[in-house]
Amino acid sequence: MNLTLKIWRQQNPADKGGLKTYELGGVSEDMSFLEMLDVLNEQLNETGEEPVAFDHDCREGICGSCALMIDGQAHGPEVTTTCQLHMRSFKDGQTITIEPWRADAFPVIKDLVTDRSAFDRIIQAGGYISANTGSAPEANSVPAPRDKATRAFNVATCIGCGACVAACPNGSASLFLGAKITHLGELPQGQPERDGRVASMVAQHDAEGFGGCTNIGECTAACPKEIPLDVISQLNKDLRTAIRHGH
Amino acid sequence: MAGSTLHDGSSPLNQAAKQTSDDAHGYYVAGEPLVDPVTPTGPIADRWTTRRFENRLVNPANRRKLDVIIVGTGLAGGAAAATLGEAGYNVKSFCYQDSPRRAHSIAAQGGINAAKNYKEDGDSVFRLFYDTVKGGDYRSRESNVYRLAEVSTNIIDQCVAQGVPFAREYGGLLDNRSFGGVQVSRTFYARGQTGQQLLLGAYQAMERQVAAGTVTQYTRHEMLELIVKDGVARGIVARDLVSGEIETHLADAVVLASGGYGNVFFLSTNAMGCNVTATWRAHRKGAYMANPCYTQIHPTCIPVSGEHQSKLTLMSESLRNDGRIWVPKKVEDCDKDPRDIPEEDRDYYLERIYPAFGNLVPRDIASRQAKNVCDEGRGVGPLVGDFRRGVYLDFTDAIERMGADVVKEKYDNLFDMYERITGENPYEVPMRIYPAVHYVMGGLWVDYHLQSNIPGLFVTGEANFSDHGANRLGASALMQGLADGYFVLPNTIRDYLADGPFEKITEDDEAVVEARRSVEKRVETFLSINGSRSADSYHRELGHIMWEYCGMERSEEGLRKAIDMIRELKKDFWTDLKVLGTADSLNQSLEKAGRVADFIELGELMCIDALNRRESCGGHFRAESQTEEGEALRHDEEFAYVAAWEFGGEDGSPVLHKEDLIYTAIEMKQRSYK
Ligand SMILES: Cc1cc2nc3c(=O)[nH]c(=O)nc-3n(C[C@H](O)[C@H](O)[C@H](O)COP(=O)(O)OP(=O)(O)OC[C@H]3O[C@@H](n4cnc5c(N)ncnc54)[C@H](O)[C@@H]3O)c2cc1C
Ligand code: SF4
Ligand code: FES
Repeated sequence: MNLTLKIWRQQNPADKGGLKTYELGGVSEDMSFLEMLDVLNEQLNETGEEPVAFDHDCREGICGSCALMIDGQAHGPEVTTTCQLHMRSFKDGQTITIEPWRADAFPVIKDLVTDRSAFDRIIQAGGYISANTGSAPEANSVPAPRDKATRAFNVATCIGCGACVAACPNGSASLFLGAKITHLGELPQGQPERDGRVASMVAQHDAEGFGGCTNIGECTAACPKEIPLDVISQLNKDLRTAIRHGH
Repeated sequence: MAGSTLHDGSSPLNQAAKQTSDDAHGYYVAGEPLVDPVTPTGPIADRWTTRRFENRLVNPANRRKLDVIIVGTGLAGGAAAATLGEAGYNVKSFCYQDSPRRAHSIAAQGGINAAKNYKEDGDSVFRLFYDTVKGGDYRSRESNVYRLAEVSTNIIDQCVAQGVPFAREYGGLLDNRSFGGVQVSRTFYARGQTGQQLLLGAYQAMERQVAAGTVTQYTRHEMLELIVKDGVARGIVARDLVSGEIETHLADAVVLASGGYGNVFFLSTNAMGCNVTATWRAHRKGAYMANPCYTQIHPTCIPVSGEHQSKLTLMSESLRNDGRIWVPKKVEDCDKDPRDIPEEDRDYYLERIYPAFGNLVPRDIASRQAKNVCDEGRGVGPLVGDFRRGVYLDFTDAIERMGADVVKEKYDNLFDMYERITGENPYEVPMRIYPAVHYVMGGLWVDYHLQSNIPGLFVTGEANFSDHGANRLGASALMQGLADGYFVLPNTIRDYLADGPFEKITEDDEAVVEARRSVEKRVETFLSINGSRSADSYHRELGHIMWEYCGMERSEEGLRKAIDMIRELKKDFWTDLKVLGTADSLNQSLEKAGRVADFIELGELMCIDALNRRESCGGHFRAESQTEEGEALRHDEEFAYVAAWEFGGEDGSPVLHKEDLIYTAIEMKQRSYK
């Protein structure tokens, strides 16, 4: 199929940037979206124009590197990651607009690549259980109720891609934050630090310039791992408890 | 364990190898034999405990003054950074991704082994040790493997304490499954995302140390050179991938946990960025590369769909438990709808050739037989080149036997993934699968302390060669990564650091200046060749050569041809490469060029290693070494050794050092799955 691509080109963080239009032919519907961009880049390299920069690594939907706004939708029209999106989701002759994540807390580095290090700093603020290597008790000495462990797993599948932030009109990272709070809060091992964790992770979230949550729900609709909205209720509940406990 | 395999560990059960064939004559130089200088002795079960005690301690007050660089944030690097940080060392951690959490370990699906024996099904440390040595086709070191099996149980404890949400039973205790044809259930798992959950555990532990100030993380940084002063590793040169700045980082010890190099085949199940640069640069600085040709090819991957293909996707091995593998008996049926091919015209070739194991034969056998039937022209799926490269994995019987609901519950996420990629619904049409490169057992040579032959340079995880011999069991790479990172390295590196802090090395030291300059020069060269071809196109071409001649089956003739082709390709690369953009900004084409340049050199060495090893063992199948029935044939009397290659200089030949593999606890046996 033949496509018209409008792609955000930006040399560096200081550059203003803008959309540039490319025509691309010979796209097969078995290609993944990123393989389609590979073909474009090979073509650009031949014609002497610098290839488009975009983040990607596993191309299996699990590392969370890929992150494109496709026609205004985070990760495009399907509920999946950009790398798992295939060209059969598009039509011959279609015009596709490709942009980076848009959020104050994710500044653009170049073209379609943004800086998502704010997520690491939120984890640093408390997204862990303190258990030094070697200090762990025998694994089966603390049973974990199966339903809680299953819920913990379901939300722990968050890949840290940032689509929730990009989709949110407020640029909030509440879904990402709620997923981690819920994961650790559902497990017996996560209890001792539960109050402190939520208080400091929320403080870091706000300090990074992410917006507040007003329950719009765009985040969960865009999330490739289908993290449910109830993790945000859990987050608020845990935060209230923490405040009550003097945090 | 049967009496014939158990031994008290006092005297050797086999003899040192004496190679009589010399297929690689002219391609290499024979070097001195190699011995592990810190190899432990005594009863095998006591060796690690004894060594941990013997290894010297570092005074807590001194640890802060000791700098350790760790390249890589996968299971091996992330776990080590967290643990050394907790111990109070000053750690600098590097990865090329934008966050440590994105390291390739994240993609592991199936699970992690540990000898917990929770199922009371006869598992034990010794059995895991025995299975691993046997699975590695008797080409690994007994002491290392025993230690791996021993610490496996601690890993599970550690991960559970960190909040890794492993699968549990209704009573709240941990669940296990059997994996990869093993007879005991020792695999711990978190649905199909075990690697992700284990990595997030290590990542979070490491981020906690970042907050505590013991670990500094350098993301979007690529190591491009090792700094060696007076024969000792003292730091690295890295490029900040955002600003393009070439930086030097100095330390008392350097750890490479940079993962595997399966991407030398271009198409593999590895992440796109997986590369050999960190280890290859160290190799060029003197570190030995061991058994580089040992590659694991996984039988159940989604086949190539066209020339645009950029990577291959693994479908979990567990599918072989219920799916039946077949191809048409007749070549003319190969482009038919499989549902129209009657039962009597189907060849369930694994069930036919291996009635006892059927579809559950080991990975290498399943892979090679798939290649054989496709070579015969009986492959299915689209024509790629002149062949159809695919075989059916059929769930029709399973759906009839267990019902669609049970199949759905077991495999739904895999079936979804398959449909997303191929556009075909496996509940209706049989899946198509084909083998793909998945893992490399080869890597930098290390001793029992995971130290390379360059003092101060340690290597962990998939980047080293240490534990899997010629083939790796399923669910054992995650185990090794975390064993190395949490429990082994922290207990061995302290013996080295006990002599530190070492004399300070400065930025203007000749070794540092030289290393930095060579990196700058290389970057300039890539940008100034100004030829006509992208690095990617060279990578594809290299991949074709490697897959054709150094893939599932290797022959003397093919390997010689491959070496010539790679040498030509290398010349062409350095004269006709085209890299646009600048050095002082994010430039993914420039990154790629460096990685491909190193892959080309590695590819040549892999072929030489494969040429020298005129035997079939584990994942390495030499056409010249098979039984009359076409099964792999090992030659222990010639090849029971580790091939450790020393860099022979820009135009020189590599030097081969052999480390004999002496077994004292387990007797060597030929594998048989018939
Ligand atoms: C699809 C798939 C499924 C798998 N499933 C399983 C399974 O179920 N069970 C199992 O046991 N094993 C499995 N494996 C194998 C296992 O995942 C890997 O062997 C293991 O995770 C490797 O871990 P590592 O820490 O050694 O390296 P990696 O996780 O590959 O990490 C490498 C790190 O090094 C960094 N790095 C590399 N080069 C440089 C450089 N030059 N400069 C700076 N940083 C660099 C990277 O950024 C990264 O952080 C699977 C592998 C694949 C591909
Ligand atoms: S919650 Fe979903 S969208 Fe947000 S970072 Fe996690 S996986 Fe991505
Ligand atoms: S590239 Fe890893 S999730 Fe898309």
